[in-house]
Amino acid sequence: MSITTKDVEHVANLARLELSDSEKSQFTEQLNAILKYAEKLNSLDTDNVEPTSHVLPITNVMREDEERPSLPIEKVLLNAPDEEDGQIKVPAVLE
Amino acid sequence: MALFDLRLQDVHNKLNNKELSVSELVSASYARIAETEPAIKAFISLNEENARLQASELDKLLQEGGERGLLFGLPAGIKDNIVTEGLLTTCASQFLSNYNPIYDATAVRKLKAAQSVTIGKLNMDEFAMGGSNENSSFYPTRNPWNTEYVPGGSSGGSAASVAAGQVYFSLGSDTGGSIRQPAAYCGIVGLKPTYGLVSRFGLVAFASSLDQIGPLTKNVEDSAYVLQAIAGYDAGDSTSANVDIPDYTSALTGDVKGLRIGVPKEYLGEGIDPRVKEAVLKALAVYESLGATWEEVSLPHTEYAIATYYLLASSEASSNLARFDGVRYGVRADNPSNLIDLYRKSRSHGFGPEVKRRIMLGTYALSSGYYDAYYLKAQKVRTLIKQDFDQVFSQYDLIIGPTAPTPAFRIGEQVGDPLTMYLNDICTIPVSLAGIPAISIPCGSAEGLPIGLQIIGKPFDESTVLRAAHAFEQNTEHHKQRPQL
Repeated sequence: MSITTKDVEHVANLARLELSDSEKSQFTEQLNAILKYAEKLNSLDTDNVEPTSHVLPITNVMREDEERPSLPIEKVLLNAPDEEDGQIKVPAVLE
Repeated sequence: MALFDLRLQDVHNKLNNKELSVSELVSASYARIAETEPAIKAFISLNEENARLQASELDKLLQEGGERGLLFGLPAGIKDNIVTEGLLTTCASQFLSNYNPIYDATAVRKLKAAQSVTIGKLNMDEFAMGGSNENSSFYPTRNPWNTEYVPGGSSGGSAASVAAGQVYFSLGSDTGGSIRQPAAYCGIVGLKPTYGLVSRFGLVAFASSLDQIGPLTKNVEDSAYVLQAIAGYDAGDSTSANVDIPDYTSALTGDVKGLRIGVPKEYLGEGIDPRVKEAVLKALAVYESLGATWEEVSLPHTEYAIATYYLLASSEASSNLARFDGVRYGVRADNPSNLIDLYRKSRSHGFGPEVKRRIMLGTYALSSGYYDAYYLKAQKVRTLIKQDFDQVFSQYDLIIGPTAPTPAFRIGEQVGDPLTMYLNDICTIPVSLAGIPAISIPCGSAEGLPIGLQIIGKPFDESTVLRAAHAFEQNTEHHKQRPQL
């Protein structure tokens, strides 16, 4: 499986990255090298092997559904790049 | 600097006897930083005003004779991906260059409870992605033993600052070796605890199934103290382990008689610098002389670990780093034409090349049509790698080998060749995938650059890891070597 500049453009779009032409050609080359290296995993038979997503035997960690205070809005807005009326402001979603 | 070479117990005795004050400790830290920082560049930001205030408060407490925390008065550096309320936390990324957290990470909260003093935030590879600190988007940290060389990474600032005597101890984070490898390169002690032992709450996530916070110190005993202070269950982290925390320092008996050590042949084979191999074999001879036994063992899936790791860690990173979109925090790009454009421009300007490369790799591995071939396959191989360790630990107490295949390399030597850079992690990555604890301690040097010995333990058996590391230290002089700065 070898990836093309077109694949790189597709993945960049999924990842919400804007790449320059030189980045595109560099990433095409480097990702191909890394994925080629990763192909060595195919030499292992893993048909009857369970995947490990996590090393601890913990699943579905729940807590009581109790009301708790949220962070104060003034504090949350301290790092917001743009705000108005206690809300984070972004450009129009629909033109 | 000599002040920071003292054992924690000796520092506390001096404080008790009024031979020393916390203010003097903190002043010594900033004086050493002023003297050495131009050459080392370990810090991204300093906390001087607050640290001095806190020092006077602690000195008052000392006068009053009140109860004191485990790490009372000790100057600490914190890796810049661990959030600190009111103190800039950048992850060494342009994207977060203005990010001022509104809460403390649990590990930081615990340090505060233990009454250490936060001196500043330490340089790293951007978002902890890298093994040399060359991926910091501000400036690379340099190795105190030779400033032409990398300090390792990603916790390079954490290791260099301790080695240079700028702080008494530091916190780092380890995803595939990011505490152990820089500790090895800088000739200090670095501990990666079992996954889940230390809360990840407030650690900016890189690869959530692998990330773990741990201490970097000058000796093993101090490592045990810092671990004691930061370990423990935390409801704020859904992967925090609810286990009893033993008294780690009481495990440091100096006795390793009868310990069974497995030495993986894969960790001493091809690609391992002969000087590193020799230092490890000498260390094993020390253990033999102390009554432990060692035998060669095999971790047969080692050669698959790096490919597995880069697929899994990059996939998790591509998902975790989706939160950096320029909306709620971080640097937002100017004049976006719409919301999607805002995401795209902010991310493209804010992230450096290695971060983009891993986001690209991870997004590809998770994308429709490739998930089974790459991500799921890697998760299955992870199981095989973990089983290798289970197998060996059914017959041995510890696994010992090198931390890194070579001593530190020159700055610039491996830039532009990500695959070679990744291979530096061959001895640390399998341990991370298995989620088990490991420590790196100094065990020799080559042309003035330190070599690290890696001691790997069973899950949640930090006590045996620390006991073996401490016994080695008690019988050797490697940990007493200091760089000439």
